[in-house]
Amino acid sequence: MSSLELIDVRVSLGEKEIVKGVSLTLNSGEVHAIMGPNGTGKSTLAKAIAGHPDYTISGGDIRLDGKSILEMEPDERARAGLFLAFQYPSEIPGVSIANFLRAAIQSHLGEGEELDATAYYKRLYQKMDMLKIDRKFTSRAVNDGFSGGEKKRAEVLQMAMLEPKFALMDETDSGLDIDALKIVAEGVNQLRGPGLGVLLITHYQRLLSYIVPDYVHVMWDGRIVKSGDKSLALELDAKGYDWVKKEFVAA
Amino acid sequence: MTTDTLTPSSPPADNPVSGIDQSSGNFSYDVKYEFDAGSGLSERTVDYISAAKKEAAWIKEFRLKALQTFYAKPMPTHWATAELNEINFDKIRYYLASGQKPKRTWEEVPEDIKRTFERLGIPEQERKFLAGVEAQFDSEAAYSNIKEAVSKQGVIFVNSTEALREHPEIFRKWFGKVIPTGDNKFSALNSAVFSGGSFIYVPPGVKVSHPLQAYFRINAENFGQFERTLIIADEGSEVTYMEGCTAPKFSTSTLHSAVVELVALKGAKIQYITVQNWASNVFNLVTKRGLAHEEAEIKWIDCNIGSRLTMKYPGVVLKGRKARGEVISIALANDGQHQDTGAKMIHAADETTSNIVAKSISVGQGRSTYRGLVHIPRHLKGCKNNTECDALLINSNSRTDTYPAITVRGDANRVQHEASVSKVSEEQIFYMRQRGLTEGQAMSLSVNGFINDLARQFPMEYSVELKRLIDLEMEGSVG
Repeated sequence: MSSLELIDVRVSLGEKEIVKGVSLTLNSGEVHAIMGPNGTGKSTLAKAIAGHPDYTISGGDIRLDGKSILEMEPDERARAGLFLAFQYPSEIPGVSIANFLRAAIQSHLGEGEELDATAYYKRLYQKMDMLKIDRKFTSRAVNDGFSGGEKKRAEVLQMAMLEPKFALMDETDSGLDIDALKIVAEGVNQLRGPGLGVLLITHYQRLLSYIVPDYVHVMWDGRIVKSGDKSLALELDAKGYDWVKKEFVAA
Repeated sequence: MTTDTLTPSSPPADNPVSGIDQSSGNFSYDVKYEFDAGSGLSERTVDYISAAKKEAAWIKEFRLKALQTFYAKPMPTHWATAELNEINFDKIRYYLASGQKPKRTWEEVPEDIKRTFERLGIPEQERKFLAGVEAQFDSEAAYSNIKEAVSKQGVIFVNSTEALREHPEIFRKWFGKVIPTGDNKFSALNSAVFSGGSFIYVPPGVKVSHPLQAYFRINAENFGQFERTLIIADEGSEVTYMEGCTAPKFSTSTLHSAVVELVALKGAKIQYITVQNWASNVFNLVTKRGLAHEEAEIKWIDCNIGSRLTMKYPGVVLKGRKARGEVISIALANDGQHQDTGAKMIHAADETTSNIVAKSISVGQGRSTYRGLVHIPRHLKGCKNNTECDALLINSNSRTDTYPAITVRGDANRVQHEASVSKVSEEQIFYMRQRGLTEGQAMSLSVNGFINDLARQFPMEYSVELKRLIDLEMEGSVG
């Protein structure tokens, strides 16, 4: 059982504070959704947790299993079990998915430990079957010329292979048509389990019809302004964000 | 001019490696040089080298004439970098030899030299698998081995001294003809003091199934290495030659200036593969050119890593109808390094085709320059050239320049030129680090991806070695 705690986290980009104090505890086995309109700091929060160099944690703390990760490099955080499914995954021309994943998994192994290539490919093909990904896919260069759906599927495949403790999924539904969305959601649902905590960041309720969250948080102007269970998502869908905004301003 | 005091039998005044801190270099063993021409360059140096090699009079004359050409030619700093002026020709040793006859079997190679090869990481099995190994240790080949099958096919694979002494009837015809002494200042220097290198002759119709391979390295401070290579592929024959170098690190500048001439007669194919990793104080100024006759094919695969300054533009003169030339070039310039590389394609017959693919990587303060020359005169028909050059920049201080010179006259010829500059973005590095790779591993992967399509054309063991070299370079480039 692991936990990822955000304690009054503040995040700045240059001089500008974007996330203005977010507290949230995510435990293994739980799926939390963070919803909110564009520009409220959702993606910034996800990237800051992963250690993106553009963002500064200007206040608060982030703890993985009780230990602060603020001093850790992005790759150390990754190896500690944090996974960020990118909204806009980078292209790596000339590096095949198979080789990239191999290098990534190797980096998670201890010193002197060598990846068992046969076992690796066996597991890779298993996960690909699960995600309905064609075998030819792995010889393509990472995200190079991929469609929106392929990119997101590649993210979920990496997540499946790296088996993180916590996955931060940044707008995983953006740029997907309904069929692609279903496939990606199905993949995430298969990965759900007692060993994985998920933070789903999304603009739209529709993703949450396929990946049903345990908790829903609404973010507005850098803060979580409302939390609830999955019914909150439906309420938001019906009433729109203005409803939360008005409620928050009134308070 | 007297050579009395410089006869080869007189021992060198001092051991050139004495006084060098052996611990600061990566690996350097105390080799007793039997012949040493001392430092500095004069006619006496040339006389000494020629005498040590017991050369025929015509070769000595060739050398002395070349020396005058070298003196007469100015440094080409009107177009090339002024960094060339940092070379102090008086401080360079022009000839050292361990005085050993080239060896035929591994068992005959002295232990200390074997130890150095081990440190260079030449795998045991490679020695066995490869058809011929001509490993140059300083000026003379310390070890050479031609697989029995290859010599049975009539292939001659020897060093320059032995070739000119034993087989002048074969080699003299082309020696210095593809790259004349006066081609440039450094080809003149090489012609004056050349030593070592490989001379290969492949008889008509013979297809050498295994690549011929030579390793060499520089092992003494201030020691210039001037090997000379000439490969003649007779009609319809095929041969692949591979050279790779590693040099230990020394603080004073070292000069490497080779001349490589290839002759592909009618319908012959030559592939010449180089992976070079020089210490960051080495000036690597090499002239490489091939002459392709009718329907012949010459392909240069050239990979340059390290060195203070590399200037190298492998070329093909497409002399016969339907001849084909290709240059695949990879250059990596790290901090304090300048890779000035490119290709030359001289079309001199109808329906000749040439292809140039050059990729450069600049890291930190490293600088890459691409120079290309494509020449297709007006009277020719049906000639084609394709040139692609791509540059990858890693961090904002890197510099890259492209100087393509394309002269195409007449309207019956086709030329295509593409160039791109890309950057390893912070986003890309962050993406990879988020998957667990360190910054160095991430950069290394980006670079390997960038050259992947070219690296695939290398023989297996070379592409593995190339990847390892890039990993090492990138590891060191991260603060």
